[in-house]
Amino acid sequence: MQQLTELFQYEFMVRAFWAGLIVAIIAPLIGSFLVVRRLSLIADTLSHVALTGVAIGLLLGINPLITTMICTVVTAYIIEELRSNERISAESVLAMILPGGLAMALILISLANGFNTSLITYLFGSITAVTQQDLWIIFGLGIGIAVIFILFYREFMYTSFDEESARTSGIPVKLINHLFMILIALTVSVAMKVVGALLIGALMIIPVITAMQIVQGFKKSIVVSVGVAFISMIMGLIVSYYANLPAGATIVMTSISLFALISILKRI
Amino acid sequence: MDTIIPHAIEIKNLSFSYEKEQVLTNVNCKIDVGSYVGIVGHNGSGKSTLLKLILGILQPDKGKVYLFGKDNSVSIEWSKIGYVSQKAGISISHVPITVDEVVKMEKVSDYAVDEALTSVHMLKFKHKLLRELSGGQQQRIFIARALVKKPQLLILDEPTVGVDVKTQETFYELLSRLNTEQNITLLLVSHDLHTISHKVKTVIQLDRKTYPYNLTSCNVNHIHSPYAAAH
Ligand SMILES: Nc1ncnc2c1ncn2[C@@H]1O[C@H](COP(=O)(O)OP(=O)(O)O)[C@@H](O)[C@H]1O
Ligand SMILES: [Mg+2]
Repeated sequence: MQQLTELFQYEFMVRAFWAGLIVAIIAPLIGSFLVVRRLSLIADTLSHVALTGVAIGLLLGINPLITTMICTVVTAYIIEELRSNERISAESVLAMILPGGLAMALILISLANGFNTSLITYLFGSITAVTQQDLWIIFGLGIGIAVIFILFYREFMYTSFDEESARTSGIPVKLINHLFMILIALTVSVAMKVVGALLIGALMIIPVITAMQIVQGFKKSIVVSVGVAFISMIMGLIVSYYANLPAGATIVMTSISLFALISILKRI
Repeated sequence: MDTIIPHAIEIKNLSFSYEKEQVLTNVNCKIDVGSYVGIVGHNGSGKSTLLKLILGILQPDKGKVYLFGKDNSVSIEWSKIGYVSQKAGISISHVPITVDEVVKMEKVSDYAVDEALTSVHMLKFKHKLLRELSGGQQQRIFIARALVKKPQLLILDEPTVGVDVKTQETFYELLSRLNTEQNITLLLVSHDLHTISHKVKTVIQLDRKTYPYNLTSCNVNHIHSPYAAAH
């Protein structure tokens, strides 16, 4: 216990926990509907685009969180336009944009040749490097995302499960789809600092599928998935601190372990 | 007369094509309030497309659709219309959603949910997971969701696909009860002319193969099903 209080003597650890908890709430909220839509790959796609955002931010000397948000939101808009047009499958759109985001980031880096190490921290996360300014942005966005999620829950739900019927309920489906895409983009931007671009998708999906194994009811599964993400986040951060492991990777492995544990317990 | 009591659905000179493929050409149709109409035609004849045009999900190349006398390209009173799409049940088996949650996708009270589930005889399954129900039972849940807002017009796209014959019987009983007792106008799509023609009051045949010039036209006030007449 004493050791745990020692953890919070460091301001960067306190900030890390706050940022982590906010991400643990919003990632599974958004992830739940990604699972329904079978669009888990969107999170990974946008996180690679986020890297381009980071590169631009570093290049221009602006807080990369801001340029990342702009890049991911614009890309999310484009993805939704291409997807809803039906001539190209959602899967191929993502398969094109994912490497595109990474390639663009690599080109920008090589043009500027210098900030490679900085980019690495965004690839794998650098929760302990969350600044006070980052924390405020994460906090503000987190609340915004959660509030919009609650306000439009029925619309997101209906549209995710059955787009055509949702339309006959008077829901402006196109608008709701774009709004949802923006929420994904912002969630990815917020989560990147905490778990890293390569691991965001995992954090949005694994707690959700874990919860869906043990719960009867979609709303309940969302609540439980937030709990699972919370536990993964806290255990992951503590373990990574004491074992001196990278935080993002430890958080993701913790959530996978929880998933495995529950799968096994369900079977016996 | 038309101006005094508007038709539930009126289709005027409707044409539609996907890119190069002309699917519907100059369709004319009037469906009275309280009627029970079946649209039949082979797979790919354009039945689902016609429904989507009626519902304003697709926009026609030419022509107009009026719902209860109102141009559907201007506005649609969604509270009057229930729709069960062909895709309603697809891709939900991976999510633990309950029957209750499915019906509540419509913005309605708990009381209305119970009422709608009762009318399709599914109330006792309220807290069950949708994926644990049979195909026919799932279909009834989607109908409950369409009924929960108390529509005057109910549109169903191939509701009995994958449902066994016995379940189909109870299903058609339910539909005719809705039609006769609650005076809900029913529009039902099926590729199975034989079954449907014994159930509905009027049949519209939609088949490009029988109309070599892509001309599909009907007026249900005048065309009656040969099967229905025998009953
Ligand atoms: N989204 C689409 N894009 C292009 N062609 C389509 C689309 N949907 C349907 N079609 C074509 O239009 C025709 C009518 O389809 P549809 O209305 O689904 O027929 P039905 O419901 O009678 O089986 C078919 O030939 C089908 O291939
Ligand atoms: Mg069809």
